[in-house]
Amino acid sequence: MFVSFEPDAAETVVFEFEGQKISAPRGASVAAALLASGRPSLRATPVSGAPRGPFCMMGACFDCLVQIDGVTVQACMTSVADGLVVQQVPRTMSETQSDHMNGDGGFVEHVK
Amino acid sequence: MSNKVFDIAVIGAGPAGMSAALEAEKHGASVVLLDEQSQPGGQIYRNVLTATRRQFTTLGSDYAKGAALAKPFLESAVMHLAGVSVWQVTQGGHIGFSKDGKADQIRARHIIVATGATERPVPIPGWTLPGVLTAGAAQILLKSGGFAAPSAVLVGAGPLLYLVAAQMVAAGSPPKALVETQTQKNLRAALEHLGGALRGWRYLLKGIGLIAQLKRAGVQRYSAATEIEISGSDCAEAVSFKAKGRHHRIEAETFLVHLGVVPNTQITRSLRLEHRYDDTQRCFKPISDAYGHTSSNAISIAGDSAGIGGAVVAALSGRIAALGALQKLEMIAETTRDEVARPLLLKREKELSIRPFLDTAYAPPEEILRPADGTIICRCEEVTAGDIRRFAVLGCKGPNQAKAFGRSGMGPCQGRFCGLTVTEILAKETGQSQDETGAFRIRTPLKPVTLGELAAYEAE
Ligand SMILES: Cc1cc2nc3c(=O)[nH]c(=O)nc-3n(C[C@H](O)[C@H](O)[C@H](O)COP(=O)(O)OP(=O)(O)OC[C@H]3O[C@@H](n4cnc5c(N)ncnc54)[C@H](O)[C@@H]3O)c2cc1C
Ligand code: FES
Repeated sequence: MFVSFEPDAAETVVFEFEGQKISAPRGASVAAALLASGRPSLRATPVSGAPRGPFCMMGACFDCLVQIDGVTVQACMTSVADGLVVQQVPRTMSETQSDHMNGDGGFVEHVK
Repeated sequence: MSNKVFDIAVIGAGPAGMSAALEAEKHGASVVLLDEQSQPGGQIYRNVLTATRRQFTTLGSDYAKGAALAKPFLESAVMHLAGVSVWQVTQGGHIGFSKDGKADQIRARHIIVATGATERPVPIPGWTLPGVLTAGAAQILLKSGGFAAPSAVLVGAGPLLYLVAAQMVAAGSPPKALVETQTQKNLRAALEHLGGALRGWRYLLKGIGLIAQLKRAGVQRYSAATEIEISGSDCAEAVSFKAKGRHHRIEAETFLVHLGVVPNTQITRSLRLEHRYDDTQRCFKPISDAYGHTSSNAISIAGDSAGIGGAVVAALSGRIAALGALQKLEMIAETTRDEVARPLLLKREKELSIRPFLDTAYAPPEEILRPADGTIICRCEEVTAGDIRRFAVLGCKGPNQAKAFGRSGMGPCQGRFCGLTVTEILAKETGQSQDETGAFRIRTPLKPVTLGELAAYEAE
């Protein structure tokens, strides 16, 4: 579990994850805020349903996928904001979504 | 964006990219720099311009040095496109990117790729469990938002492992233990490169200082660990391993794995530039000359994405690559290039002299480079090392064929965290070299783009 070592530094914002209100310092990523709220696990894999959470924090591994406004995004590359509504990626969705987002999964072929 | 064609576009705002952009601008070029982060700094100097005093003391003096580069960069005439993900680069000088959910593009006569490094995969049983992150991820949490994981266990090897551990001590959250894979044999082999290491004595001293800090803080260290395994049901709960002939098990909530960094080759691969396997650094590098010129006339490369050298080397390489690019564009004469670059090249050579020592001392262990059959190597599609070995028996010779056999590398990460492992396993199984085995072919888009974004982009 991650905790802030500057508890009274930054201004905080409040966002929502799966209906629960979470506060975090402004400027933090959604992944950092969720880790600090004691949620290392954010989704289930499409293949086996195994739990997954943030791993690299730099946009490389795609393990931190969440949904914001129906769009699948990387939680580590998205900043928290007041009133942001974040949801878990439905397990079946993450498979189709990943196909659409990925250069190798046929996305380019769809567009051509 | 406007139809303006820039002289030079730089991708990446780490020490390499910022230095390249500043050098090019100094010689009169019009320069644009694109970077994914909201602030300049790259990996080492992430958020350096907004860090608090507490963060500076935690992260140390090498981190604070970044401000001396990031400040003049922001004050310069270089156009800084922050918070943009580059997902396409062409030999013709087009760069496609997304910012705030909108796709756009720019054009330049020459492109300098300075996209840095990513952490080497650490495929051990349980590395996919929530609560297992990379050591670099923990450092990113220290640098952005000021979060630390008390009593975490660090697993692996390399200078960055010690640095992050010492930074966690300084943050008041010392790690519970370091489980290190480094062996006496690695150290003995590294001593052969002691001459070079002594030329880079500052790095040696820093390393010794970090280890002393960990000792003072009472952090337990285990070396030559083998059979490392992380276990847990919904989250990681414990790490078990063998060291000095004894079995150990340490419980914790957070495990931070690390085995060094490797060049980020997504863009150079997508451009089909030539790459070669480096036997010492155990990774692929794009082929480039002293000035960072690649097999494409319009593309240069600088910093860790050209081969791991660290921050000082990255900054020097950035300036050198800019001089090379300016000369190619006929904006400076060859004699000017050589004159300005000469001291930089000499300094870079000196800075690089520590690398053979570090690369040998912290070499990734064979049992993690090519893990046992049951270990998941492709995190996205949950393909195991055993699956890849089975594909080899069925006649699979290279990573791209392996995709057809079983989806490894086809998930959203595009092989960023399994590519090297797939190559290593197939090379061993088929008896080919890593170069003959090859690497995943990388296709555009390099980063997720939605259909809506692309439709708007195509319509432009
Ligand atoms: C997580 C991590 C932490 C590290 N911490 C340290 C440290 O504390 N000390 C140290 O000495 N070394 C550290 N390193 C090693 C480090 O790579 C070098 O020391 C140094 O940062 C290399 O500089 P660079 O300019 O080559 O690349 P970087 O500093 O990595 O900069 C590359 C930049 O390119 C951007 N980028 C990459 N791909 C894209 C894209 N597609 N679109 C847009 N932008 C993109 C990245 O966001 C990044 O800002 C770290 C490496 C990693 C991976
Ligand atoms: S944690 Fe790896 S992409 Fe977000």
